[in-house]
This record gives sequence, structure tokens and C-alpha cells, in this order.
Amino acid sequence: MAAVKCIDLCKTYRQGDQDIMGLDHVNLEIKEGGFVCLSAPSGGGKTTLLNAIGGLDRPDSGEIWVGEQRIDNLSKGDLAQMRLHNIGFVFQAYNLIPVLTAQENVEFVMQVQGLSKAERAEKSLAILEEVGLGGLGDRRPAQMSGGQQQRVAVARAIASRPAMVLADEPTANLDSHTAEKLMELFVELNEHHSTTFVIATHDQRVMGYCKRIIKMLDGKIVDDIDQTGTRVTGSA
Amino acid sequence: MNTLRIVFTLAWRNLWRNHRRTLIMIAAVSVGVWAMIFMTAIMRGMVNEMVRDGISVLPGHVQAHNPDFRDDPTINNLIPLSEAELSERLQDIEPVALATRVRVPAVVSSEYESRALTLFGIDPAAESELTFVEGDITEGRFLESPDDRGVVIGRKMADNLDTKLGKRIVLMSQDPDNEIADRGFRVVGIFEANLEVHEETMAFIGKQTAQSMLRIGDRVTEVAFLGTDYRDVEGLYRSVQQALEPELRVQPWYELDGYLGTMLSVMDGFVLVWVIVIFLALSFGLVNTLVMAVFERIREIGMMLALGMRPAAILGQIVIESLLLLFIGLIIGNLLAWASVVPLADGIDVSVVAQGMEDFGASSVLYPQLELDDMVLANITVLALGFLASLSPAWRASRYEPIEAITKT
Repeated sequence: MAAVKCIDLCKTYRQGDQDIMGLDHVNLEIKEGGFVCLSAPSGGGKTTLLNAIGGLDRPDSGEIWVGEQRIDNLSKGDLAQMRLHNIGFVFQAYNLIPVLTAQENVEFVMQVQGLSKAERAEKSLAILEEVGLGGLGDRRPAQMSGGQQQRVAVARAIASRPAMVLADEPTANLDSHTAEKLMELFVELNEHHSTTFVIATHDQRVMGYCKRIIKMLDGKIVDDIDQTGTRVTGSA
Repeated sequence: MNTLRIVFTLAWRNLWRNHRRTLIMIAAVSVGVWAMIFMTAIMRGMVNEMVRDGISVLPGHVQAHNPDFRDDPTINNLIPLSEAELSERLQDIEPVALATRVRVPAVVSSEYESRALTLFGIDPAAESELTFVEGDITEGRFLESPDDRGVVIGRKMADNLDTKLGKRIVLMSQDPDNEIADRGFRVVGIFEANLEVHEETMAFIGKQTAQSMLRIGDRVTEVAFLGTDYRDVEGLYRSVQQALEPELRVQPWYELDGYLGTMLSVMDGFVLVWVIVIFLALSFGLVNTLVMAVFERIREIGMMLALGMRPAAILGQIVIESLLLLFIGLIIGNLLAWASVVPLADGIDVSVVAQGMEDFGASSVLYPQLELDDMVLANITVLALGFLASLSPAWRASRYEPIEAITKT
């Protein structure tokens, strides 16, 4: 079954006097449990596509389906609910809430979802352990390194076991060792929990971990190959 | 409930994120609230004192007269009921105090000067709780009975007449037949009032002595009633109306002394205006603080929206943050006001500007009066207007598009 399906997506931006095609008739299907990399140079459309899939940005035309739900026509509130229950986000800048501790940051989504305190604590402590931050739950983001903060962000994204994690340049601010550790964590989560990962990046090291690489240029998908080197059909 | 808890946690912790700015704003709110309550207490105390003084200068809380007496306050407009008939009509009414009086315009003369004044024939026992004079005698004595033969005058009048305790003066008025009614009286007491005008316009003699001098039998011109609280006279007023109208005209104190009644109404309006004006000054600081707080957290707000927090929760977070700040300021401001007013319970002496104060009927000693209603009004106004002031930045924060907010630098 498809975790994400995009049909003929178009999105135009106005930049100065120019109209720029952020997405140019994009068709894409990502299966559940996929580990997909969106690769493009800056301005190629990967972040735009990622944001559209995550319901953070609306396309001008076309359809987006997350699981069995069409999301491009949802209201702001319904989109928020869809994101809350289906999608975990990892942003380029760690984007943690500075006034909350690591554990509270991890619990944030679960708390908004309405999980009980005990349930949240159990899950957050387990996930912090899983990302190698056991014992650091009471630290505030300012007291943690960049790598540790990004791990907290990952823990927050996966703590509520979303069907899909969208990561935008997750390794951009990390040193190579930390980046490697993070990608290993993503792979592990993908394999153990069948979580679908869609990662927007132009980092070759990240692409090496992906089962499928979708290359974009000027808002178009220009190549779509799996880890065996086979071109994936159905995308254009 | 969970969302409310996280919203509250975020609001509280964000409040202390820039603690210097928060402390400055709390100090501003505290001082503003203190100023609202303290100044209101001073003004309230001053007006209350004016009203009490005014009421204690004979009006009582309710009065009854001949229907024509207010327009023509002379001996020709006596109350058309005898004292016995009045007693019978009023037997079911139980005021704190009740007194019947003779009140007529008169001329007083000493061997040097003559002055016009209002002559009161009173029963000293009945007036003890109604009239200020007994406690304000500074020389001699007060009247001892309704048939006392002496006269009590004010210090200013004594000076004007160039007379003094023990000397004789002549009081002259008219009887109902428009004949001159006069008699010589010995000055047995001199009083000092809060307002000089009372000292030079009033003279007191025994009620029976006045009735005899004016040849009116047991008739009087005025019945005064004292209730428990001047702010709550409606019950007493209605009962007296039922008992005495239509033969008599019954009026509450705020109609009898329009100036005092107006002062009290104006004071209520003034308190509200004062509170709002101070808050408006505060609100600029408050809105600025919130706008800055939101501006500094645009990315966080965008991220929370991206993660699925509803816009309403973002709005609630900013509003709660504002209310928490105001709440802390209110607590401190209220405590400051209380701590400022309590030590001044014995009054603030403003005798340096006594003449100016007297000109508009106020005493030269101010007694700040902390009233629960005023405190509640100040607190509710600050919270309600603070809530409204915080809505704009909170609304803007909740309307951010997550992706635009996250990418803001």
C-alpha cells in the first residue's frame, strides 16, 4: 500500500518579478516502509515536495494522498490533526522547544495527542534510550550538543510511532560521525518499525543509506532509482 | 486537558525566558495597579468624608418636609402634622436615629454686628447620632434639653459677631403671621466644623424654645432619619415615603444635597476612567512585550504548528502568558496598595491646601479608603483589558503558516 501518493502536483512561487516552478507536474508514489531520499540542488524542489507531503504547504494543483486520506484539500485544523497523528518531522535546524527538557520535547507530540503522563514517560524514556540519550532527559536543548539535539528531534518525531517521518536536511548541521550515527538510527527504525522515511538532502553520505533516490531539478522529478539501480516506474 | 497543561507549562516557562523584560513589565503592572487602587482609595476616602460630613450637617439619610418647604424654607411651610401624628405614622419604621426640627432663616445680632443664618431648633438627645455639632463643641457646652435657653454658634460666626461664650446675642425671625419673632440668647457653646461655611451659617437652640419663640405650638419644619449606611438608603426612603406621603415630601440625602449626590456618582465614574487610563498606559508596554515575545519565537511557533498543535492552542499560550504576567503584577500591586493605605488610616494632613479643599467641600485631612469594590474593579479591568490587549499578538501568532514561520530568520 502507498504511504504517499502525489498526482500531477504543481506549485509556483513568486520571487521578485519572476514566477518560479517549485513543483512542476510531480507524480510520485512511496510505499509503506519505504526509505526514500529526495535529492536536488538548492532550489530544485525537494523541500517544497517534502512540505507538500507533510501538509505544511499547499500545492496550486494536483492531489496528495497520505495513506488513504487526501490531504491537499483539508482545512488548516484538519491538516494539523493529520500531521499530529500520522507524520513525524525532523527539521534541518534542530527546532526543539528551548524551555522544555529533552524528555518534555520528546513527549510534546504525545502530550498534544492526549496520551497519559505514565504512557508518555514510558515511551519517551525508552526512545531516548534508543537514540543514545538515556540519562539526558532532564537537560534543556541549550545544555546539549548539536548531535544530541538532533537526536532529541528524531526521538520526538518517532516517539508516537507515526506512519511516516519526513526529514529535511537532517544532517546539514552535524559532523560526519554524528551524521552517520543518525542515519544508522533512521535505518534501524525503518527496519524494526517499518516507519516510512522521506529524507530531503543533497548529502551523498545520506543517499548511501537510502533504498530509493528520487532526483529533482527545477521542480521536476528527473530520476527515480532504487538501491539496485533499477529505475522506478510510476514517477515522472 | 493535556494540551492545556502543556500550553500552561510553555506559557509559564516562556514568561521567564527573558526574565529581565518580564520583571520590568511586572514592575510596571504592579506600580500601575498600586496607583489605580491607592489613588482611588484617596479619592474615595475624600468623597466619603465629604458625604459623611454633609450628611452629619443635619440632612440625615432621609428627610421629610412640607411639600413647599424646599422651595420656600420659611415658617409658613410647617409640617402639617403634629408630633403625635408623626409618631403614629412612623411607628413601624425603625431608623438608627430620628429627629424633628424647627429650621428657619433668621438674623443674629451682637452688639457690634448682624448676620443672616439658618436657625435650628433641635432636641439634643434625638440629634446625638444625627448631627455633628455635639462632638465639635470646642468651648462651653452643647444644648442640654429641648427647652434649653442658650444658643450654640460656630467659631466663625462668633468671630464675625465679635462675640464670645457667655455673651448675649439676639435671634430674629418671623412667626406664621409674619410678625417679628425675636429673643435674646446667651452663647452657651461654640463649635468648630470641618467646613468654615457651617460655622458661619448655623445656630442651634432648643426645639421647644424655638417653637415658643416662633409661636408654632408643637409644629416642626423637618423630620430627619438616619439609616445604617448612606450608600443604602432606598429601603428607609421607601418606608418613610409610604408612611408620610402625600402630605409630606420625602427625599433621600442625595436629592437634598445635589452636590454631594453628584460627587458620589462622579466618583464612581472617575474610578472607572482612572483605572482605564492607567491601564491604557500599561497596555502599550504589555502589547510591546507580547509582540517581542512572539517575534522572538516565530520559528518555535511554526514548529509547534507543524507538529500538529492547533492554532487555538498557540493563541491560548500567548494569552495565558499575558494573563500570568498581569496576575503576578496584580498580586504585587494589590499588596503594595494595601501596605500603603493601612499606615495612613489616621489620615493624611493636607492642611497646607485646606482652603482649596474646603472650597469644594472636602476636609483638610484625607482618609484613604480601601474598598473591596474598587479593588475588584481595578483587578477585573486589568485582567479583562489585558486579555483584550493580548488577543492581537496572540491571534497573529496563531495565524502563522507553519512553513513560513519555521524558515523565518
